[in-house]
Amino acid sequence: MSQKTLVMGVIGADVHAIGNKILEYAFKQAGFKVVNLGVMVSQEEYIKAAIETAADAILVSSLYGHGEMDCRGLREKCDEAGLENIPLYVGGNLVVGKTPFEEVEKKFKEMGFQRVYPPGTPPEVTIADLKKDLGVDG
Amino acid sequence: MQAVLLIDFGSTYTKVTAVDLNSESILGTAKAFTTVTTDINEGLKNAVEVLHSQIGGTDYTAKFACSSAAGGLKMVAVGLVPDLTAEAAKRAALSAGARVMKVYSYELSTKEAEEIHKLKPDILLLTGGTDGGNKNVILHNAKMLSQIEGNFPVVVAGNKSVAEQVGDLLKQSDKEVRICENVMPEFNVLNIEPARAAIREIFLRRIIQAKGLTKVQSLIDGILMPTPSAVLNAAHRLAAGCGNEKGIGELMVIDVGGATTDVHSIAGGEPARAGVIVKGLPEPFAKRTVEGDLGVRYSASALIEAAGIELVGKRSGLPAEEIMRYVNKISEQPEILPEQDEKLSLVDYGLTSVAVKFAVERHAGKIETSYTPFGVTYLQTGKDLTGIKKIIGTGGPVINSKNPTGILKEAMFESTHPSILKPQSAEFLIDKRYILAAMGLLSENYPEVAIRIMKKELQVL
Repeated sequence: MSQKTLVMGVIGADVHAIGNKILEYAFKQAGFKVVNLGVMVSQEEYIKAAIETAADAILVSSLYGHGEMDCRGLREKCDEAGLENIPLYVGGNLVVGKTPFEEVEKKFKEMGFQRVYPPGTPPEVTIADLKKDLGVDG
Repeated sequence: MQAVLLIDFGSTYTKVTAVDLNSESILGTAKAFTTVTTDINEGLKNAVEVLHSQIGGTDYTAKFACSSAAGGLKMVAVGLVPDLTAEAAKRAALSAGARVMKVYSYELSTKEAEEIHKLKPDILLLTGGTDGGNKNVILHNAKMLSQIEGNFPVVVAGNKSVAEQVGDLLKQSDKEVRICENVMPEFNVLNIEPARAAIREIFLRRIIQAKGLTKVQSLIDGILMPTPSAVLNAAHRLAAGCGNEKGIGELMVIDVGGATTDVHSIAGGEPARAGVIVKGLPEPFAKRTVEGDLGVRYSASALIEAAGIELVGKRSGLPAEEIMRYVNKISEQPEILPEQDEKLSLVDYGLTSVAVKFAVERHAGKIETSYTPFGVTYLQTGKDLTGIKKIIGTGGPVINSKNPTGILKEAMFESTHPSILKPQSAEFLIDKRYILAAMGLLSENYPEVAIRIMKKELQVL
């Protein structure tokens, strides 16, 4: 089985850099090829990187509460760019305030994200999901 | 005396520079019309005669040449995503001294393939996909290219996983194929040197032959490179130094010509202040950009279109109608020079100033202010050139101007456009005797001598 490639980054005007580095480390340790776009990533940047590297999944982080605004339309743009089947994952403090996570999850799934994670999700959970979704053994 | 002759076969002029290696000085320079359509030797002979009438006949221990005759090195670049591998391919071609006629991205259409056929490139650079990344597009493009008639060589510098397959597809059409390392092996990692070297090797081996330059091969020790590549070489050496000869540090070279304006920056271009996030493709330390719409003869009307007649009017102090009259005249007769005509020299000043302003603006990096919930952050794309301390002007319109300082000031930072990262305080130097290309050639074999001569010859304004 060849190595799977992940494109990841923190979307929008969000500059939270630490979690991004930790996740990159965790995914690399788990055997993935990681293309980390860093912070303040636009939707177009994820798509361009995914096309050039033939990525197997796009992982979006958002910690400053504007995730919904920033993520809207990403699925549609991926479809338009020929990435119809690419899995989209999102995680972090996706909305401002005390909205129950179930509602948040529902909203993001409707926006075309396969996996939605609440704050404080350990990397192991996402790694296990990635392996399952991308058909990686072990 | 130990004399070396350096020759630059241009489209219009063949320029010769004689250098004495012992005294490390320029013996003389001269030029004559290039005669590439008949026998290129004639133009060279004429130029050498003019030179020898000034300095007396000399025997040369070596003769080296660069060439931009017969249209220069014409290239087409093909990549995948416009700002990624297609941009990397374009940069590799530019740094090899090519004239990039067009850049294509994504899957080539039949119409685009026809267009490439008509463009008749000297060399095509095919890229696409990071190593292990996208394979389909470069394979598709190889197939499309293999169906184009014409035996232009193809340099393949894309996804290594399919490089051989791409090569096999192309070879079916008798095209010479050179496979080299990927221009973007990892996402956002630029690796243009192998492609540049491959382009140069093909240029040496077959392009000069195709352009009727082989006749001079027997007379000289070789045509080493395309002229723009020689200028970039000289700039790089002068900035970085070599051996015991120290360089003068980060610099910019602005070369205004009749058809194009070239800007070379030899600088890291990292953000000058803390807290700036850099976006986009990494920048080469020695970067060349070419503006095909900013020239003061063949492209004068394109320049007016790009920059607007108002600005040229403001710089030259002439009314719009008068400028247009001259622009029409010089587009038809590109060889006319402003020596006899006071007004033409004003028009030239206007055109050259604006060419420098726009060419440097396009070359320099940009900074964007972004207001985030955490306060202000800055996003930089391209090179931050605010710290550059030396700007060198070259090319006829700059070195023959009565006010080169005024022209080069256009390259400086403008407080009204703070987002464009142009130099903030720099010294101006001028390549008065037009020796940069010659020094680029000389530095192939005698880098330290070339640096010392440049230090002597470039005049501080």
